[in-house]
Amino acid sequence: MGNKDGSGHSVTSKSRPRSVSRRNFLKLSGGAAAGLWLATVVDLPKLVAADGKTTAAQVAEIPVIWLAAGSCTGCSVSFLNTRNPRVQEVIVPEVVPGTHVSLRFHATIMAGEGEKAMEALHDTVAAGGFLLVAEGGFSTKDSGVYCVIGEDESGTGITALTHLKEAGAKAMAVISLGTCSAYGGVPAAEPNPTGIEMVTDIFEQEGITTPVINIPGCPPHPDWFVGTIVQILTRGLDSVEVDEHKRPKTYYGAKIHDNCPRRGYFDRGKFALIPSDPYCLYELGCKGPVTSSDCPIRLWNSGTNWCIGCGHPCIGCVEPGFPDEVGAVFERASGMKSSGLHDVVELVGLGLGAAAVAGIGAHLVGSAAAGRLKKGGE
Amino acid sequence: MAQIIVDPLTRIEGHLKVDVTVDGGVVTDARIGGMLWRGIEVILKDRDPRDAVTITQRICGVCPTAHALASTLCLDDAFGVATIVPDNGRIIRNLIMGANYLQSHILHFYHLTALDYVDVAAVATYDGASESLNAVKDFIGRGELGPFVPRYEGDYRLSAEQNQAAVEHYVQALDMRRISHELSAIYSGIMPHQKAVLPGGVTAVPTADNIAAFLWKLNQIRHFIDNVYIPDVLMVAGAYPDYFAIGKGCGNYMSYGVFDLQSGQSDPITRDRLLKQGRISEDLDLISLDIRRITEDVTHSWYSSNSGLHPSVGETEPDPQKAGAYSWLKSPRYEGIVYEVGPLSRMLVSYGAGEPTVQTLVNNTLTALGADATALFSVLGRHAARALEAKFIADKMAEWVLELNPNEPVYAEASVPGQSTGAGIWEGPRGSLGHWINIEGGKIKNYQCVVPTTWNCSPMDDQGKHGPTEQALIGTTIQDEENPFEIGRIVRSFDPCIACAVHMLTPKGRELKRFRVV
Repeated sequence: MGNKDGSGHSVTSKSRPRSVSRRNFLKLSGGAAAGLWLATVVDLPKLVAADGKTTAAQVAEIPVIWLAAGSCTGCSVSFLNTRNPRVQEVIVPEVVPGTHVSLRFHATIMAGEGEKAMEALHDTVAAGGFLLVAEGGFSTKDSGVYCVIGEDESGTGITALTHLKEAGAKAMAVISLGTCSAYGGVPAAEPNPTGIEMVTDIFEQEGITTPVINIPGCPPHPDWFVGTIVQILTRGLDSVEVDEHKRPKTYYGAKIHDNCPRRGYFDRGKFALIPSDPYCLYELGCKGPVTSSDCPIRLWNSGTNWCIGCGHPCIGCVEPGFPDEVGAVFERASGMKSSGLHDVVELVGLGLGAAAVAGIGAHLVGSAAAGRLKKGGE
Repeated sequence: MAQIIVDPLTRIEGHLKVDVTVDGGVVTDARIGGMLWRGIEVILKDRDPRDAVTITQRICGVCPTAHALASTLCLDDAFGVATIVPDNGRIIRNLIMGANYLQSHILHFYHLTALDYVDVAAVATYDGASESLNAVKDFIGRGELGPFVPRYEGDYRLSAEQNQAAVEHYVQALDMRRISHELSAIYSGIMPHQKAVLPGGVTAVPTADNIAAFLWKLNQIRHFIDNVYIPDVLMVAGAYPDYFAIGKGCGNYMSYGVFDLQSGQSDPITRDRLLKQGRISEDLDLISLDIRRITEDVTHSWYSSNSGLHPSVGETEPDPQKAGAYSWLKSPRYEGIVYEVGPLSRMLVSYGAGEPTVQTLVNNTLTALGADATALFSVLGRHAARALEAKFIADKMAEWVLELNPNEPVYAEASVPGQSTGAGIWEGPRGSLGHWINIEGGKIKNYQCVVPTTWNCSPMDDQGKHGPTEQALIGTTIQDEENPFEIGRIVRSFDPCIACAVHMLTPKGRELKRFRVV
């Protein structure tokens, strides 16, 4: 159930019947696997052979199906950019001692193709007990015909939507990786030509009770994904505390604006007027004040840089309202649904220095007064 | 007569289905269908034109930079700022684009292609000290072989030692493609989906320290290309020499040109570019390019629209029940001629244009292989061209980064016009990429993209001529119909990107049923 103080939510906060497979997973991930791992740490001689490796019998295999639907593949490519650990360290050895992530199906990297690929998918789904990573937008219009992956024995194409429902119902848990899968993202922008819907909404309609964690971002940072996987494997699914948009609070808990290295300029009312100016990018459209992620601290591509670091405004890509409700890239943030709306008001009411209020406060208040701040909901 | 359907064809970007008819062991017909549509161009309508840079990048997460550049050049043109982008802006754009080429080519050879030729299982007998190979050996020993099995079995020809070396390089290449993204991020902030490029120049500012960082990160990749990537391509070629005669395709090659070498130029077709503009065929005589002569046929596509229109005035009326149609892709043609695009086309066009370094690289490679120029028109020719292009671009990037001047501007002020049109003509890693915009009332009225894979994976045109990849499949002998290695090896040599190829169509949906041709 949800956190008692209401400040956060556990992934399984909705009270729903739990399937046997899911219960097994919680036991495995939060109990057995973590226990194994902890035991390995505290009791090395018993579990680790002389060469420092655990033996095959001790390794818990966690099958993973990675289902990319209406995607640009950018989430997968961003995952490849994971640095600590590297991707080969996530997939090949035990990512944490005693647990191996077995990537059974990922159409972009797997050796098999055609029937061989479908065989890997079907066998893994049939066996159950796997983790499903859902990437890209899932089209629902016209029965999801806009994305077809493989075909059945009669030669009929199978939609990504059908794969999601079948695999989703049998998965132990689902990670909706990237803003498209989590909230719709760019392909769901007006007029949402293919009827993309959030994975959580599709599950709701289908009565699928498998727990879902959203790792949004366009792309999502590899640390957010790998970190969440490791937390599930070592501490259990219920240990992942999420916000009201089902994002792990560890990574999406603070506003970009709060930790931005250009924040001092904002407080002094010193704003970049053209791109490449080194000051606060608010006037050039920065969505940092209404966007929740740890980008300013974590940085991107092995700590090389980040969006604001190269002089570009934050585009708000981790938010449920991206891209329509966060607004055009180079226009000032005029408000967002849900947390964004709340924070714009908070920004004006609390956090600003006098210069900043003079510079932008009128704009924000004006927007709110004119009713241009959109309400939450679809 | 038999039919082989490979659906999904994996290790490409997006969802692709390949359907071939085999008679007496030889492919007699081939149909290729893209299986994904998202409607990005429809989404662009009525938006701030500047948003095109951000939104068109989401067409493809492997090559977002190509779309960022094509849309930015398109907006430079429409905003009237193409000739005032500062040198720093032009150079940083080239550096960001170049880093994406390196990332894409390394990813393609090792992580998308290699498993067609390299047997990972050979690592089971490895007996040495390599950390990465021992990790793979342990992995095999545990018996959980996803994502490497199931797979086609049989035609793996490298020796155990060669397979082991190739697997070690596969793992090393994961680092190299990641470092290629870090290289880009020095100026683009983040990858995928770079941030720095915009009409008028770039947002990123060069400093002496980021110039040095870029140069030395680049040098790691150059070392890998020279000492690992190119030798591995030659090693695979040595074991699979028949693939110099397999998968030829249409034999016509086109390049829009890429990497602007001088500032102040407007017309993209006459700009001084590193890789040249033009068309060429097997005789290697360069002929000129006029993008106004490009048309798109739809006779075999699910559209009722008029066939043969220029993309800037293209129509997209879906007709899912259309007789004789079998693809959501249109068929771009140049004066009715089928053209292949991509690294092989760029290297051939630049060769024909007399680019001296390209000529040296190609000639030396052919000498090393003991082959003549006809070997280039093949599956292995495409892989070799891609590797040589990576070297050519990486070496140039090392010169360009030192041309940056920290004391000079990166951006010239650009503002959104009320009404205008523009074209962005460029080359992504996979080939010729064109963006066209029509602006009215300061908003996007129409936006069109014609992307590399639409050229390469196009269906038959109005005259019944197959697209380049279909032509490359037809006539191929399939050695083992249960393990048809040839199909994936041929299609993958084009490096298809289906998210790119079928992003622009506007179908209303169709009955889900088989569209086979027997």
